[in-house]
Amino acid sequence: MIVLGIETSCDETGVGVVRTERGAVTLLANEVASSVAEHARFGGVVPEVASRAHLQAMVPAVHRALATAGVKGSDVDAVAVTAGPGLTGALLVGVAAAKAYATAWDVPLYGVNHLAAHVAVDTLQHGPLPACLALLVSGGHSSLLDVPDLAGPVTPLGATIDDAAGEAFDKVARLLGLPFPGGPHIDRVAREGDPAAVAFPRGLTGPRDAPFDFSFSGLKTAVARHVEALERAGAAIPVADVAASFQEAVVDVLTMKAVRAAKERGMETLLLGGGVAANSRLRAMAQDRCDAAGIVLRVPRPALCTDNGAMVAALGAHLLDAGAKPSALELPANSSLPVTEVLV
Amino acid sequence: MLALDTATPAVVAGVVELTPAAAVQRSVRVASDARKHAELLMPGVLAACADAGVALRDVDAVVTGIGPGPFTGLRVGMVTAAALGDALDVPVHGVCTLDAIAVGAIAVEAADAEPLLVVTDARRREVYWAAYDAAGRRTSGPHVEAPAALAERIPELGVQAAAGESAHVTGLPVRPPGAPSPAGLVGVAAGELLAGTVPGPLEPLYLRRPDAQEPGGRKRVTANR
Ligand SMILES: [Zn+2]
Repeated sequence: MIVLGIETSCDETGVGVVRTERGAVTLLANEVASSVAEHARFGGVVPEVASRAHLQAMVPAVHRALATAGVKGSDVDAVAVTAGPGLTGALLVGVAAAKAYATAWDVPLYGVNHLAAHVAVDTLQHGPLPACLALLVSGGHSSLLDVPDLAGPVTPLGATIDDAAGEAFDKVARLLGLPFPGGPHIDRVAREGDPAAVAFPRGLTGPRDAPFDFSFSGLKTAVARHVEALERAGAAIPVADVAASFQEAVVDVLTMKAVRAAKERGMETLLLGGGVAANSRLRAMAQDRCDAAGIVLRVPRPALCTDNGAMVAALGAHLLDAGAKPSALELPANSSLPVTEVLV
Repeated sequence: MLALDTATPAVVAGVVELTPAAAVQRSVRVASDARKHAELLMPGVLAACADAGVALRDVDAVVTGIGPGPFTGLRVGMVTAAALGDALDVPVHGVCTLDAIAVGAIAVEAADAEPLLVVTDARRREVYWAAYDAAGRRTSGPHVEAPAALAERIPELGVQAAAGESAHVTGLPVRPPGAPSPAGLVGVAAGELLAGTVPGPLEPLYLRRPDAQEPGGRKRVTANR
């Protein structure tokens, strides 16, 4: 069975194609058209700019994905699409396109949850996924999820109460004069810096704080104060040290809470996903802490961590295999779709 | 021909049989909910096909309105048309939504056709508009402007009536229709369709740049002393 997946929740127009055979899901194509360059001068994703780019990129991306996969439209057995959460105008382009393709090809339509898709994508690289604790971190989300089964309900354990982790990377990068998106640039310059140079605060780690929620707004402000104090004193900004110390603070809290949650829930597997999962320090520290705790760490390769269509196709394939009921043609896009709803 | 338009609050879908003599509307489904374009459109397309007794795969071409219209809704119709055309391997023709309304209004008025204004809601206290001569040829537009700015232009445009959902803001006699009909949409593209012209790329008529501001200087978190 061939499943086509469409993802347009933010600034990537993603179309993926997977094959599912007796429960084994394999990746055939993963085409991504990004409008990130158009957002760079605004310092963040502009929803209308992203939506316009999705409309232009949608059909060509489907063409490329089918060609790469070596299949024809008539070979597709199901269409899956991100129904939420995400930017409404952006989601609507993907949802409308998915409905049209599914109807014209006369195949079932699955409107799926973006966060659950970030988890499901790992099966394309590492095979069947046992019950796991998932840490999803990107410019749009920072969530800890209890995932007993890919096709079943997900329990949210915690999330950011202010900025997403990736958002904090973008804002700090801007403070340090680094380009958007900030994640890869912070990662790069931090390699030359001392992660212990500045003791930045670890948000929400007090004994009375929510154990699995995150807060990165205070950290971002602390970095800004530090940089401004140096500027006032006429001192040069040690960009590498500030970047490394900031990154260390983010990664420390993320991995500490994720490993603690896995232990508390009795999970033997921790899965990282989302664009920030491409961060080299996050991967390294998560590996160290999982090793120490006897937990298996699974991290998909970077191209599968960032938003893409293959992750949506992968989740669609698991739902198809599980005999899930397809979505109605009236399927809405839901910008704040709760993570407990894997399939709409 | 399958025709659809989502550039106004009306979600329009219909099947039209086009011959050199006329565009005969075989079915039409209209749903009015400006916030639910994506939910209503494909069910409307299927219902319109069923009403006309045709299967989707029997469609020879797709015609879609390309606006101007509020962006989010407009894109739903355009991406639906583009994806249907791709999946069914048929051409997709984009037509100006205001032209399709004008075709409908002038057909209604055929006996004593008059120069006409087509006006639709652009939100933010503005309207989209275009002017047409008695033969239905566009003479000005499409534009996006405040109703007051349009009112000042009406004398020089020489129009005597208005159609479209916001026709009432002009103070001119209001003619139907408020939204484009499938026959109107196909009518605009009739020449190209009958000639078998390969349509150009589908480009939306946004008429406005995206709302986005480039960041200025950095905001300080500590007070300047
Ligand atoms: Zn994501």
